[in-house]
Amino acid sequence: MTVDLILFLILALVAVATAAGMLFSRNAVYSALFLVLNFASIAVFYLLLGAPFIAMAQITVYAGAIMVLFLFVIMLLGAEQLAPIKVLPWQRPLAIGLAAVLVAETAYLLILRAKPAADIIPPAETVNTLGELQRLGMALFNQYLLPFEVTSILLLVAMVGAIVLTKREKGERE
Amino acid sequence: MLFEYIAIATLIVLAVIVALIAIGLGELFGPKKKMEEKSMPYESGMTPYGPGTRRMPVRFYLIAVLFILFDIEVVFFLPWAIVFRQLGLFGLIEMAVFIAILLVGYIYAWKKGALEWE
Amino acid sequence: MTLSDFNTLLPLIVLTVWACALLIVDLFIPKGRKGWTALLAVFGLALTLDLTLAQLGDSGAGFSGMITLDGFSTFVNALLLVSAMLAIGLAYGYVKRMGLERGEFYSLILFSVTGMMLMAQAADLVIVFLALELLSIPLYVLAAFARPKVDSEEAGLKYFLLGAFAAGFVVYGIALVYGATGATALSAIVSAVAARTANLTLLIVGAALILVGFGFKVAAVPFHMWTPDVYQGAPTAVTAFMAAGAKIAGFAALLRVFSLAFPSLAADLTPILWALSALTMVVGNLLAISQTNIKRLLAYSSIAHAGYILMAFVPFGSQEVQSVSVAAGLFYLVAYALTNFGSWGVVIALEQKEGRGLEISDYAGLGRKYPALAAAMTIFMLSLTGIPPTLGLVGKFYLFRAVMAGGFTGLAIIGVLTSLVSAYYYLRVVVTMYMREGEPEALREPWLNFTWGLTAIATVVFSFVPSGLFDWASQAVLKLF
Repeated sequence: MTVDLILFLILALVAVATAAGMLFSRNAVYSALFLVLNFASIAVFYLLLGAPFIAMAQITVYAGAIMVLFLFVIMLLGAEQLAPIKVLPWQRPLAIGLAAVLVAETAYLLILRAKPAADIIPPAETVNTLGELQRLGMALFNQYLLPFEVTSILLLVAMVGAIVLTKREKGERE
Repeated sequence: MLFEYIAIATLIVLAVIVALIAIGLGELFGPKKKMEEKSMPYESGMTPYGPGTRRMPVRFYLIAVLFILFDIEVVFFLPWAIVFRQLGLFGLIEMAVFIAILLVGYIYAWKKGALEWE
Repeated sequence: MTLSDFNTLLPLIVLTVWACALLIVDLFIPKGRKGWTALLAVFGLALTLDLTLAQLGDSGAGFSGMITLDGFSTFVNALLLVSAMLAIGLAYGYVKRMGLERGEFYSLILFSVTGMMLMAQAADLVIVFLALELLSIPLYVLAAFARPKVDSEEAGLKYFLLGAFAAGFVVYGIALVYGATGATALSAIVSAVAARTANLTLLIVGAALILVGFGFKVAAVPFHMWTPDVYQGAPTAVTAFMAAGAKIAGFAALLRVFSLAFPSLAADLTPILWALSALTMVVGNLLAISQTNIKRLLAYSSIAHAGYILMAFVPFGSQEVQSVSVAAGLFYLVAYALTNFGSWGVVIALEQKEGRGLEISDYAGLGRKYPALAAAMTIFMLSLTGIPPTLGLVGKFYLFRAVMAGGFTGLAIIGVLTSLVSAYYYLRVVVTMYMREGEPEALREPWLNFTWGLTAIATVVFSFVPSGLFDWASQAVLKLF
């Protein structure tokens, strides 16, 4: 049992618990706050994996900006409290059954059929210094140059989409 | 390998302890008289009425989305700034293309009046 | 980074720049004159098509192995560009008539095509994912373009939520593949498997998750639930583009990723693909029978056709059959795209405001009042069924031949049987047009007429001389760098 493993287990527990809390809260704002906790614990995962930059981005972008947007949307809709919804009577048992099958399948594949974990290729040994960020920068701007530029187009399209869908045209009626 | 973060962890723990002490002291020594007025949202203001949650105009959403998009953009700047010297002119061109594409979005948003508060 | 990197991606770069420029230029085109935007968009597509065709026979890799250029990508890109032009031909009059005329419409279509073309050229799973998002996000917006019409908003939201969910599957699959092989480049995945350093169990789970995600995109059963609602609610011109473009790109990515990166998994995946294909053909065709709305009918028909195209994947493991089945799949995509645009064009011609004119009963009397339109619709319905003299028949013939060559006779039989079932509902439309009395109202718009007329003629003419097209498709083999 190394320190890393203990930390990982605690964090995993927190991450799963907060994810479940997000799903099961009846109040959308609580759900959003659970999600913030979830994001935060995932950020610590990234630290454990030796990716401080990703951890920081996770906190600023996800736990910060995206959650603000989530809360905005919740308030826009005025749907903090989930009204009791009508579901098809067979829908929930069916969903639970199918999910159980999926979990069982995955467990079988990953635990029983998979060879020892040594087979899984570990990420390259990393150190938590500025050098790591430098390596990331070099990879991002050389090998991953194209994905980087495509990301900017993606952001542009998202921006245009948001404006098209929410902005009234001049002269468009209320 | 996580030892570098011990300072940050210590800071977080200390901050929590200080906050707990502040609250705890107040709980411990403060007078506790429960009155109806005291449990109201605004103790000495108007009595609120109606539900506390109100729908907000969609404009806020647009601002929030634009904020996120530019936020993500900024995240890319950090690794770029660190390796800027190694990348040289090539890196400058890469980032110029990136910014030019987002500038298109900015001009579009501006001209469409998405940045105005109608 | 050299000039050859840019050459592999030149059409795409040009189209991206064009789309960005169009977005800005459109801001200065006054309302009511958005025809100029449409014209500029078509011009950009034509320019890109020209550059793409100039790449015929070229092959190479670029951008650190992120991008590949081969006969396959050139073929798919050309098809995508033609599709986008047809879509704009259908859309121009439609958006004007429905009061949706906004310049972003055309820019968004161009951006979506950019994503689709990137998908066809992707040689790395990272690019596959980014391309998937780039093609999807404009489609989500376009589906909701007729806001505040509730149907359209519902379509956009449904498509967005399920599409995001499906993208989650793709990402998770990619992550597992990366975990299994330590690589996201298709060629590196193959070499990791060959060098026996890959964890095959993880690789299978990853591949299956990627398949699920793309199953959503191409509307294969059992991931098809969103299709009828989205196709019905979205503006019809958008539906036409969505039905053709997203399918072509989705299948192109599937063909490339599975044939190139996962041939080692063929033994495990072939039964899954077989079942997926059979299920999609059966369910799609059976559910189409009871439809009374033409948009829903065509939506279920597009599900069924996803099943036929999926047949091309089933023999992906065996090298000799694979090239034939890939060619058959590509040919079928051409046939499907032409027929698809034509039939949606007829639907657009009959659609009135407030969603009137979309029931099959509204087609009664079309044969007498608008003989040309009815004849075109008949051709499309025959082609979708697979009855001569249409391209649909030739496409099905090549497909069935390819899967038979791979030894999957059972699947071919299912294909033939479900085609027979489909004749019932396709021909019902034809019967309604000619045998029932009615006073249908159709619109005559020059670009719309041109589009459905052109596709109708192409559907018939190519069916007599299919070999040229098929030879081209046969040369469009996948290459691994």
